[in-house]
Amino acid sequence: MLLKNDKISEIIDGKRVIVKKPELLAPAGNLEKLKIAVHYGADAVFIGGQEYSLRANADNFTIEEIKEGVQFANQYGAKVYVTANIYAHNENIPGLEEYLQALEQAGVHGIIVADPLIIETARRVAPKLEVHLSTQQSLANWKAVQFWKEEGLERVVLARETSAQEIREIKEKVDIEIEAFIHGAMCSAYSGRCVLSNHMTARDSNRGGCCQSCRWDYDLYKLEGDKEIPLFDENDAPFAMSAKDLNLIRAIPAMIELGIDSLKIEGRMKSIHYVATVVSVYRKVIDAYCADPDHFVIREEWIKELDKCANRDTAPSFFAGMPGYNDHMYGSHSRKTTHEFAGLVLDYDKETQMVTLQQRNFFKPGDEVEFFGPEIENFTQVVDKIWDENGNELDAARHPLQIVKFKVEREVFPYNMMRKEN
Amino acid sequence: MKKPELLVTPTSVSHIHDLANAGADAVMIGEQRYGLRLAGEFSRADVAEAVKAAHQYGMKVYVAMNAIFHNDKVDELGDYIRFLAEVGADAIVFGDPAVLMTVREVAPHMKLHWNTETTATNWYTCNYWGRKGAKRAVLARELNMEAILEIKKHAEVEIEVQVHGMTCMYQSKRSLIGNYFEYQGKVMEIERKKYEKGMFLYDKERDNKYPIFEDENGTHIMSPNDICIIDELSEMVDAGIDSFKIDGVLHEQSYITEVTKLYRRAVDLCAENRAQYEKEKDELLAKIEAIQPKHRPLDTGFFFKETVY
Repeated sequence: MLLKNDKISEIIDGKRVIVKKPELLAPAGNLEKLKIAVHYGADAVFIGGQEYSLRANADNFTIEEIKEGVQFANQYGAKVYVTANIYAHNENIPGLEEYLQALEQAGVHGIIVADPLIIETARRVAPKLEVHLSTQQSLANWKAVQFWKEEGLERVVLARETSAQEIREIKEKVDIEIEAFIHGAMCSAYSGRCVLSNHMTARDSNRGGCCQSCRWDYDLYKLEGDKEIPLFDENDAPFAMSAKDLNLIRAIPAMIELGIDSLKIEGRMKSIHYVATVVSVYRKVIDAYCADPDHFVIREEWIKELDKCANRDTAPSFFAGMPGYNDHMYGSHSRKTTHEFAGLVLDYDKETQMVTLQQRNFFKPGDEVEFFGPEIENFTQVVDKIWDENGNELDAARHPLQIVKFKVEREVFPYNMMRKEN
Repeated sequence: MKKPELLVTPTSVSHIHDLANAGADAVMIGEQRYGLRLAGEFSRADVAEAVKAAHQYGMKVYVAMNAIFHNDKVDELGDYIRFLAEVGADAIVFGDPAVLMTVREVAPHMKLHWNTETTATNWYTCNYWGRKGAKRAVLARELNMEAILEIKKHAEVEIEVQVHGMTCMYQSKRSLIGNYFEYQGKVMEIERKKYEKGMFLYDKERDNKYPIFEDENGTHIMSPNDICIIDELSEMVDAGIDSFKIDGVLHEQSYITEVTKLYRRAVDLCAENRAQYEKEKDELLAKIEAIQPKHRPLDTGFFFKETVY
């Protein structure tokens, strides 16, 4: 059956090309991350305001910062969505109208929402905002998608539990924009249906208080009469609900052919290094596939590149079907990244080949470092002499945010990043 | 004074007779194909029989269709709903809008109770689902007394509150028990073992035991305590809360019946003879404590707890 939505590909000059290119949607935990995400190729970013979003611990945007973020994104033709996806309590109702109006006035393109309270209030007081249904609604079938379409929503984010086949069926049956996760941390529960944090730490998970209790260790027992029988041996790692992070890089072609409208990277709490790395890899994959889908091959260097900022193992999760034990982490719930962010390029002098760089982690002469960014192909080089801003030679770049200079043989550009292997 | 309905989850058709005698006003039943975390598994034949039995006593029967549905079951919802209408079920309990859409198509007069377990957290959203066709909203268990009373004050739908039993903390589509066994290399035994009863997770740091089980809807992890507020019903009775639920999931039939009897007494006294209720409520609580299984400590859930975020 033909997909109801727009045509996905066309033959142009004898070659098939993708004409329906999905949006690449990236997380931005603060203004700096927003700028990096957009600069590195995101078509849209999602951010959290001071209230109503699900990352109570993120630094989050003030309305002034949202305005600045929107202005920055507009220069690139990128969109800004604001997450307001809590399940609100009575006490959250006062102030909601003013908040949504302020978002509309700030030029925000849309909001990502779970609670009908916020959906209807936005429609009433801030009608210019697009409304996207959050994954917190755990939307997993076409008929429920149809319901939200009839409620007038522009887009739905599906439950992370939906498979490729299910997404295809939903696309065939309902004409609405679909947003799906491609990369990042996973709830191992149906989103919105987990209150572990409420019970274990008195923090409301559906209002941003999640303390990731699913990544803690538990012992599995069976009760027989009054006897507690352990269901593990001494050598077994304890039970956990810990899901590996999502990584769908190999599935991007399939997702594009399904006509998914927006491909979403999770991680508003992640660093600019993470955002830059992940966005730039997926940017390359999407662009390469769309330009020539029939000769596309996934490049090993892209897969390796993603690994450089991963602090947990990854898996394709539900896209290919039911996750098995290999999609879970037992015993250890994180690992050290292979690379760390060492510096952000502020400026480059082509004549002297001197880079001006803001230090983000310790490095010293003799270290091998790698540069990457949207304008350049990745390259590595060994750091030679380092100077501070005033021309004093340094034995190492020791201080966070310190401005240093050293020689880089190839041209680099502002916002390019430097990383080194751990 | 208006008395809230006393709603109980039976384990079997025969249990409905006991619950009628114990004073239940309504029962919620269903099968795991459509419903979540039920005290008993009721086939279609059982549902038909249960409705007959309950109606004989003037009790209402609500049928659970509150699963999170994937495409595979959407096309069969209509058939089940038609069946429920034919046998005279009094209401369908739903969380997924697909059920609401299907009810509109095949049984527009069927009453609907909105129950997603965790997301009925403000009065506006309860009324929203009311405007979409729900007669009742079942409140999230993570609300405190003050929030419940405020919701009731603004509600245009009936309000149901769970007053007793365990609550669900977590539902995953993943086969978490089966996966863990597989990870341990106990492959051959998994299919049999993962559906066994009586499993729990031990949380050393909090010294809590969380019941865990797997079924057609995935893996469910339950609260370490049973809510019991038999001695704290006054404010909700005064506020006109429409239904008090006793959830019997993972409990013995005889326990559920006993608890129902005690709540019957409590609700009656609370509504009709407040002074006697005040006198007797500690004793009622003590009677529940006396039959409480050793592994299931009682507490008051979130009724008197401060939650931050």
